[in-house]
Amino acid sequence: MKTIKHSLRSSVLSAMTLLASSALSASELDIRIAYLGYLEDRGPVLSNSFPEPEDSGLRGAEVGIKDNNTTGRFLKQRYHLEALQSDNPEQLLEKAQSLYAEGVRFFVANLPKAELKALHSQVGEGSIIFNAGSKDDALRVNECIPDMLHTIPSRAMLADALGQWLAAKRWNKWLLITGQHPDDQAYAAAVKRAAERFGSRIIEEKSWSFDTDLRRTAQQELPVFTRSRDYDVVIVADERGDFGEYLPYNTWLPRPVAGTQGMTPVAWHKVVEAWGAAQLHSRFEDHAERWMNEQDYASWAGVRTLGEAVTQTRSDDPETLREFILSDKFQLAGFKGRRLEYRHWSGQLRQPIPLVHPRALVSLSPQEGFLHPVTDLDTLGFDAPESQCRVK
Amino acid sequence: MFKKRLLPTLLASALLASSSVFAGTAFVSNERDNTITAIDTKSWEVIKTFDVGMRPRGILLNSDYSKLYVCASDSDRVEVYDAKTFEFIKDLPSGDDPEQFALHPNDRLLFIANEDDDIVSVIDVETNQVLRQIEVGIEPEGMGVSPDGKWAVNTSETTNMLHWIDTETLELVDNTLIDQRPRHVEFTHDSKLLWASAEIGGTVTIFDVETRQEVHKINFAIKGVHPDRIQPVGIQLTQDGRYAFVALGPANHVAVIDAKTYEVLDYLLVGRRVWGVGLTPDDKYVISTNGVSGDVSVIDVDKMQVIKTIQVGRYPWGVVAAP
Repeated sequence: MKTIKHSLRSSVLSAMTLLASSALSASELDIRIAYLGYLEDRGPVLSNSFPEPEDSGLRGAEVGIKDNNTTGRFLKQRYHLEALQSDNPEQLLEKAQSLYAEGVRFFVANLPKAELKALHSQVGEGSIIFNAGSKDDALRVNECIPDMLHTIPSRAMLADALGQWLAAKRWNKWLLITGQHPDDQAYAAAVKRAAERFGSRIIEEKSWSFDTDLRRTAQQELPVFTRSRDYDVVIVADERGDFGEYLPYNTWLPRPVAGTQGMTPVAWHKVVEAWGAAQLHSRFEDHAERWMNEQDYASWAGVRTLGEAVTQTRSDDPETLREFILSDKFQLAGFKGRRLEYRHWSGQLRQPIPLVHPRALVSLSPQEGFLHPVTDLDTLGFDAPESQCRVK
Repeated sequence: MFKKRLLPTLLASALLASSSVFAGTAFVSNERDNTITAIDTKSWEVIKTFDVGMRPRGILLNSDYSKLYVCASDSDRVEVYDAKTFEFIKDLPSGDDPEQFALHPNDRLLFIANEDDDIVSVIDVETNQVLRQIEVGIEPEGMGVSPDGKWAVNTSETTNMLHWIDTETLELVDNTLIDQRPRHVEFTHDSKLLWASAEIGGTVTIFDVETRQEVHKINFAIKGVHPDRIQPVGIQLTQDGRYAFVALGPANHVAVIDAKTYEVLDYLLVGRRVWGVGLTPDDKYVISTNGVSGDVSVIDVDKMQVIKTIQVGRYPWGVVAAP
């Protein structure tokens, strides 16, 4: 097979020269897209066997650029990524400003809320900015950043995806365990909202504040900690992955664990392989030599959204592209089994949410039977009447 | 490997004796079982299930129905079987991850979509030679060759284009944009029109081959089925030019279309996640592959109804039928 493959490759060059003469007639476009990634100090965590990749998000943007260029070469469109990752927010904003001064108007931002706001105030005028990092619900509800598009799902979308599935299984009594970090509190708030929306009950909420090394004492600490009135499921809110990994199989009652660990609602995961996703994974893994995670997916989706809009409009004008992206003509094939579009209130990318455990897909929300007058995808997260944001 | 090649030989003589009484044979590729199911198209019984390479998807027959070609996607090769005895004949080079393919009417040139490499490979099936590799868009999928032999058309699922290849020069001569995730192309039997399905776009577009311009676009609506679940994939056109059949994926229906007026006449309920459709050569039956239910449905074209469901392997993908 090796030798055949080799001989196959040798003829590719000649094929490439053919391309130049066969492009669709169109004016040439060079599209520069900035990627800004904040490297967060996640602090020490007890569960440190599987560190998060440092280039989460960036690799997805790179694959998105490659995808855009493969299509673009038939249309004389070329895409370039201007990327910076840093643990210094100032440096990231400076980079954004200097790119803006050079005329860059497209930004994919993997930044926390405060930095997103700063980014918008400095380079927002006439730009299209994608939030590919922050799941903050307020950004979709009452702390709206004008015109911002969000490719990463909000915490509410993730919690609702889980809440629907639990409701469908009639696992209605939840024990909620929340970490100390403000992000954990925000996740817990989304879980509580989901419980209320889908008819479940938080029978007790416990706050995890132990600081023993759980790798050694999980078996002693957690069974006692999860003693409570009868519950169907333990929901854990531990975004950094401090203690949550130790909950499965260590609960007082023989119950499953879901939330930030155990079975998790995610934007993307290796185990999502239907709907052509296997092909996206193999492109990504060839490029990054690791699995594609949800930050990679969100950045990829931002870059691909621009590519799709440029392909269809043959324009690089941000206003023309924004109008197209928010029109009913726009659709992104995002390997989730249906077309993806942006909500006209929050600028949030509508998307199905996979529920996964580390080795398999469990389900995909919205669950059957959760209905909505416009699209069942809007049963996940904050709907138009609940949001003060309007991007269109 | 040894088992796979020996077994058909042993059974060949027995099968040869009985094959003459078969009305015809339909072949179904089972993507997650690495097998082909052969079905008698008169009794609608499974005749045999035989092992092939890994992840079989695209499947076709040559013009005299004597040879069965199978894309073994994860084995990175095309396999050739005797369509009567099911005996393994040979492997063909295919490039990486062959998904769909189309055979030129000259029975020599095989156009293969290499999904992971953004390439269409052209193989001479007699000499086993790779004649050309042509760069196309991302995730090349659908492949069709016009019955007059002039055109090969490939669809790229993520680039969302049809790539038009001149079969004489083997050069890419045109690219046309189409709705999201184009999956399948089918030429009309007079080679004048090309039907192309867009899975995520939810449409089938008909192109004029000479001008390569859109002639018509078909939309679908099924009562009680969310529009997002209507995902057209496989297309079949009857020889007499009357009907088109389009598999609608997770909508679990096959659309029946008047091929002249483009009017959707009916939606027939089949199994779950229907991707492939295949006509028997006499235009009497359409067979649909229902991936998630692991079965195929048989549609009687005269009655326009599903007459039979037959269990096959896991995730049936492609289907083709010999007389």
